[in-house]
Amino acid sequence: MATYVEIASVTVGSGGSAYVEFTSIPNTYTDLLVKFSARSARTNDAGGSDGKLEFNGVTTGYSSRMLLQQGGAYSGTSSTLFYFVNSNNSTSNTFGNMEVYIPNYAGSGYKSVSIDAVDENNASSAYGVLTAGLWSNTAAITSLRLTDNNGGYMQYTTAYLYGIKKD
Amino acid sequence: MADTKIVVDCSTGEVQELELTAEEVAQRVADAQAYAAAKAQEEEEAVAKAEAKQAVLDRLGLSAEEAALLLG
Repeated sequence: MATYVEIASVTVGSGGSAYVEFTSIPNTYTDLLVKFSARSARTNDAGGSDGKLEFNGVTTGYSSRMLLQQGGAYSGTSSTLFYFVNSNNSTSNTFGNMEVYIPNYAGSGYKSVSIDAVDENNASSAYGVLTAGLWSNTAAITSLRLTDNNGGYMQYTTAYLYGIKKD
Repeated sequence: MADTKIVVDCSTGEVQELELTAEEVAQRVADAQAYAAAKAQEEEEAVAKAEAKQAVLDRLGLSAEEAALLLG
């Protein structure tokens, strides 16, 4: 049975933050799991704010296929590891939920990434996205960055990083 | 817009709030512009598709509800 261990966590303070990054991730686990609850300062799209996940400070080598829902469902591709969270003109005091799973993050192969994110907006405009991603890089993941592409993450946004070890 | 970043060192648990570098600020601007351009194109395509669909319905003399009924 696998063991989940919290490696680190963070809560964004009153000044907000353009991104949240975990560095010096130990290589002693099998997989990584991120639990992210976020609200962006973006105010020009109540449907949500897009963000991207990157590793080791590297901005290239990413690809993903997404299944998105916003009113109707559609699919797409991206050159980033793509997700949505709540924007600041969505339902007040409400944060988007996201889970990221990265198997074999410390291995020597390319890294597959699974993202499940939803923008919790009590209105007709709200995104849900399932992203099947790939980082075409053989380096072990030692840092992980969650960046909001718009106004930055607001106070009370939280991120928890877990290591999963196969017993 | 937040001009700071939060960095958590997993080996020590230390949490730092730091200013973005000039390169990071520039990248953020570029990312926002790229997204806005992609979104504008997506909306343009959606409008074009809706217009093309309406043109077909007009040619057939059907309303959208009648077409939905036929298509089940």
